[in-house]
Amino acid sequence: MNKEKVIFAFFIVLALTLNFGFFLGEISDPSHHNVYEFFAALVVSMICTVIKFGDRTHLGALMLATSLVADLQLVVAAGIWGYAEQVSGVGMDASNMSSVVSLSGGALLANIISVILLVVETAMLRR
Amino acid sequence: MNNVIYLFLRRLRVPLITLIVVYSISVLGFVLIPGVDDQGQIYQMDFFHAVYFVSFMGSTIGFGEIPYDFTAAQRMWTLFCIYATVIAWLYGIGTTLALLQEPVFGRMMRRRSFTSTVKQMNEPFYLVCGYGVTGSVIVRQLARRDIRLVVLDISQDRIDSLQMDELPVSVPSLCADASLPDILDDAGLQHPKCIGVMALTDVDQVNLSIAIASKLLCPGRLVISRTESDVTTANLQSFGTDLVVDPFRTYAQYLSLAAHAPYMHLVYDWIHNPFHRPLSSVYQRTKGRWIICGHGRFGRALFRAFDESDVDLTVVDVDSKKVEHIPHQVTGVGTEAVTLMEAGVLDAVGIVAGTGNDADNLSIIMTAREMNPKLLTVVRQNIHENRLVFKNSRADFIMEPGRIIANRILAHVKSPLLPAFIEEMQDKYDDVWAHTLINRMSRVVGDHELDSWAYVVGEEETPALLEAQRQGFELTLSLFFKDPYNRKRNLHAFPLMLRRGEEIIMQPGELLEIQSGDEILICGLNKSNRRMQWTVNNYNVLHYVITGNDASNNLLSRVLKKRT
Repeated sequence: MNKEKVIFAFFIVLALTLNFGFFLGEISDPSHHNVYEFFAALVVSMICTVIKFGDRTHLGALMLATSLVADLQLVVAAGIWGYAEQVSGVGMDASNMSSVVSLSGGALLANIISVILLVVETAMLRR
Repeated sequence: MNNVIYLFLRRLRVPLITLIVVYSISVLGFVLIPGVDDQGQIYQMDFFHAVYFVSFMGSTIGFGEIPYDFTAAQRMWTLFCIYATVIAWLYGIGTTLALLQEPVFGRMMRRRSFTSTVKQMNEPFYLVCGYGVTGSVIVRQLARRDIRLVVLDISQDRIDSLQMDELPVSVPSLCADASLPDILDDAGLQHPKCIGVMALTDVDQVNLSIAIASKLLCPGRLVISRTESDVTTANLQSFGTDLVVDPFRTYAQYLSLAAHAPYMHLVYDWIHNPFHRPLSSVYQRTKGRWIICGHGRFGRALFRAFDESDVDLTVVDVDSKKVEHIPHQVTGVGTEAVTLMEAGVLDAVGIVAGTGNDADNLSIIMTAREMNPKLLTVVRQNIHENRLVFKNSRADFIMEPGRIIANRILAHVKSPLLPAFIEEMQDKYDDVWAHTLINRMSRVVGDHELDSWAYVVGEEETPALLEAQRQGFELTLSLFFKDPYNRKRNLHAFPLMLRRGEEIIMQPGELLEIQSGDEILICGLNKSNRRMQWTVNNYNVLHYVITGNDASNNLLSRVLKKRT
C-alpha cells in the first residue's frame, strides 16, 4: 500500500462525493443545497488541483485539466452565489440557485472524469 | 522549460495545500462563530463576508472589523487566523525563495538559457568540448576571426574563466558532461548552422564518445578530436573522424623535420604558429646524434619519427626493460651528469627532455647544457601552470601538448588546403626550395604574424571575379594581390598553392590564368586579407584594379556610356 496513493485517491473521490451531494435535490430549491457542503466541495477541489501538480505523465496532465475545469465551475458558482446574496438585493431566488447548481453539475462531470482517469491509471498498473 | 515548471509545482505542493487549508479553516470559523449586529441581534457571518475579511486579514491589510464590530469570540478566532495565515504565507514564500537559490534549480535555468541561445544562433559556429589549454587557445583565436563558438566543459571554474576572458564575440557556454549525447544536442550538435565539433577534453574516452555521438547523429559534420594513445587514434579514425590530433606524434614529426630539414621546419612553424621564430634561428647543426630522455608516450613517438628519417639516437630511461630492444640505450633518469656522459652528451647535437615530470625535464636540459653549451635542447612541458619557468629555461624548443594541438587544429580550420600544402612540400620539395620560400615569407610579413587563408573561385566567395569574367576580362592570379587603394602597389601577401581538381601548383606565378573552381591558398598579413576580400567581392573595386579606371559602374552610368 502506498500512502501517497491513498491520499491522492481520497481527495479525488472526496471531491466527487461532496460535489455530488451538493448537486442532489431540486435544482431551484435553495433548501436542498447546503452552503457548507458547497464550501467543502470548493476547498477539496482546490486541494485536488494542487495535489495533481507536477505529474509529467500524459494521464497526469489530463487529471490536472479536469481538476482545473472543476475549480473554474465551482469558483464561478461561488461568485454567482455571493452576487445573488449580497449585491443583487433580491436574495437567493430560484433562478440564481438553479444556475449555481447547474454550474456545480458541470464540476461534477469534470470530477467524474477525474475519477474515471484514476480508475484507468490503477487498472493500467499491472501489479 | 518544462523541467523547471514541474520542479516548481512539485515543490510548491505542500505550501499551497497548507495555504488552502488555513484559509478555508479561517473562513469556516468566521461563518460558524455567531456575531452581534448593531441592533444587538445574533447573526451569522455569511461566506462572502468571511472570505472578504480573511482575504484582507491574511495579507495583513486590515480594514477593521466588518460588517459589525466583532464579539470576543470572533476576535479570539481572528487572533488565531492572523498567526496561521502569516505563517502559511511565510512558509510558501520561503519555499519559493529556497527553490530559487537551490543549485539544481540554477543549473536547470542555466541549461535552459544556454539551450535557447544556441537554438537562436544564426551564424555558422563550432562546438568546442573542453576549455583547457587547447580549448582556450582555439576559442580565442577563432573568436578573433569572428567565428562563433559554443563551449562545453565539465568544470564550472573553466566556464567562469571563459566568461571572464573578454572575447570579441559572445560565446554561449555550459558546465556539463560533454560525453552525454543530450547535452551535445542541446549545445547545437544537430543545429543546421553547426560547422564542426571539436573534442578537446583531456580524457580520451570522453573525446571518443563525443566523436561517436557526432558521427552517428550528423554523419556529414566535421569532427576534430585530440587523443593521447594509439588505440584511441585508430578507433577514432575507424569511424571517419575528420582530424585526429595526437600531440606527441604531431610534435615528434615537427621535431624530426627540424632534424633533417631545418628550413622546411621553419616554413611549417611559420604557417602553424602565430608567434613564429625568427629566420636567424634556423638550426644549422641538426644533423648528428640525438639523445632522448624518457621513453614514454612522447619518447616512443619521437623515437619512431626520428628512426624513419634515419637519425642516430640514444635513449635514456629509468626502466631498463622498456628500452631493451633499442640499440643505444642508457639506464637512468638523465638528470645526473654521469648518465648524460654515458649517453654521450659531449658529441651529440641535440637532447630531448621528454619525461612526464617537469622538474626532471628542466634539470636534464640544464645539466646537459652545462656539459655541452652548443647542444640543441628540447623540453617537454607537462603542466600549463609551469609556463613561466619554461619560458625562461632558454630551451630551443618547448613542447607543450595543449598548444601543439591548438595550432594543428587552427591550421585545419583556417583552410583544409594548409595540410595539403605541407604534405606536398614534404613529399616533393627539398630544403633549398623551403629556404627560398621562407625568405619570401620573411620579406612579405617581416616580424608580424603570418596569416594564411584560402579562396575558392566561384559565385559564393569571389562573385566579383565571375562578373568580370562575364564582362570579358581576362583573370590572372595577380588580381588578388593588387591593393584596391592603389593598383600600382601590391598587397603584403603571395599565393602558396593553387589546387585545380587533382592538380596542385606550388607557388603559382602571378600571370597564371584562374578558372572557376580553383582553390587558392594565400599567405601574408591579416590586413591584406581584408583588402583582398574587398577586391574579390566588389565588382567596382575589381574593375578599378583591372583597368585603373575608377568610374562608377551603376546602371545609369552604363546607359550613359553606351550613348556616347
